Amino acid sequence: MEDFSSGFWGIYIAAIVVISLAGLLYLLRSQSVVKLPKGQKADVTGHKWDDDLEEYNNPLPRWWMWLFYLTIFFAIGYLVLYPGLVVWKGSNNWTAAGQFKQERDKKDAEIKPLYDKFMQQDVVAVSKSTEAREIGQRLFMTYCIQCHGSDAHGAKGFPNLTDDDWLYGGSPEKIVETISNGRGGQMPAFGAQFGEEGVKDVANHVLKIAGKKFDAERATRGEANFKTVCAACHGPDGKGNQAIGAPNLTDKTWLYGGSETTIIETITNGRKNYMPAWKEFLGDAKVHLLAGYVYGLSHQEGEAAKAK
Amino acid sequence: MEKIQKLIEEHVGYLIVLTILIISVAGLVEIVPLMFQKSTTEAIPGVKPYNALQLAGRDVYLREGCYNCHSQMIRPFRAEVERYGHYSVAGESVYDHPFQWGSKRTGPDLARVGGRYSDEWHRVHLMNPRDVVPESNMPAFWWLANNKLEGSRVVASMTALRKVGVPYTDGDIKDAPAAVEGKTEMDAVIAYLQGLGLALKNVR
Repeated sequence: MEDFSSGFWGIYIAAIVVISLAGLLYLLRSQSVVKLPKGQKADVTGHKWDDDLEEYNNPLPRWWMWLFYLTIFFAIGYLVLYPGLVVWKGSNNWTAAGQFKQERDKKDAEIKPLYDKFMQQDVVAVSKSTEAREIGQRLFMTYCIQCHGSDAHGAKGFPNLTDDDWLYGGSPEKIVETISNGRGGQMPAFGAQFGEEGVKDVANHVLKIAGKKFDAERATRGEANFKTVCAACHGPDGKGNQAIGAPNLTDKTWLYGGSETTIIETITNGRKNYMPAWKEFLGDAKVHLLAGYVYGLSHQEGEAAKAK
Repeated sequence: MEKIQKLIEEHVGYLIVLTILIISVAGLVEIVPLMFQKSTTEAIPGVKPYNALQLAGRDVYLREGCYNCHSQMIRPFRAEVERYGHYSVAGESVYDHPFQWGSKRTGPDLARVGGRYSDEWHRVHLMNPRDVVPESNMPAFWWLANNKLEGSRVVASMTALRKVGVPYTDGDIKDAPAAVEGKTEMDAVIAYLQGLGLALKNVR
């Protein structure tokens, strides 16, 4: 009622509903009081169309009439129980939001002991429990696969979670932190600063420390820029820095690709991507279970390994 | 009663008027009051009219028929709320003309997709959905990255929306061409998607 701009609307709705119901009842009754004695034919209504087309004044078929009455009584019952008239909230106080809350609270209460059980275990223990892994996998399939893939192998620009190689650290605490608060990774663009040739030189130095095929002359020229500029995040030897999510450039893992072309593209244009924070949306228990699942993807010993 | 019946049967004008009167009852009760209900006519806190770039993105969204596969209405059921977030409320759609609720879900609901993925994800995903979601059957929309936005179109959209009650100021409309200058349809769609459903994003 308070949702309407004025009290008029409640009365307006109630009046139309009640009057139409009453009108229907009256109409129905007025048309069904006459019963035709057995064997007698109904009169014609008296008006004709097209010279000889006439209409019998038969009473309503009984089954149809009773069905009609039934719908009207149903409507009355409905309006007593549910908020159809606005001025009357309905005797069972139903609201759509209330029904939703009831449904959710019931299920939440049902699940709580299960979640509580796993909240008391640490992430490593959770990662070894078959039951927790099954829950974690379902959560992962709902919330995580869009970026990390249903096999958790990731995609270009979206990390593989199964290789135990981590941008921000793979300890249980770090995984919980990442899922809870998200991560933002940004590498600035160096195309303008290094110039086209300069970028190629640095790229070849990166190829060198990554143990790939490289152009020795370029790599030597690129080393200076790498040591003064890139080293700020990736470290002088290119081993990266998990505190700021700077990737290790000397391993076989490439987030965006490790070909010369891709490395040049990365240095020239920079990279920017983020993982959203999930703590508020999922709540601690689901984050905990997900962390266990993700941890288990790269630590497959004990029960977790068997489950796989 | 017989007289009335005769009258209606013999004069088609009465038949028309009375028929309209009867079938309008449901509309009078179920539709008209909605226009005087706060929950359906007032934006909830945090819901603002789309900015120029978002609005251009919304127009692309409509043009490409995204609504054919994506609804924008989270129904008040636990399973939906668990997956997408708080159920949709009418006060979130007051600036949507036409609204994008829908009920056809070949793809997921997008009512609260804002902030759920990174801009980069959307870019990769729109260029070729299979690059991030191998199981996806969504078409690729790579050409959006090649199409530049036209300021005049955004101005036209904003002017039209103002006529149906979206509170754009003269300043908003004047600044619109500059706001979309040099941007592509891809940028616009991403801006639009990233703004969807933020008002109740982390409300349980």
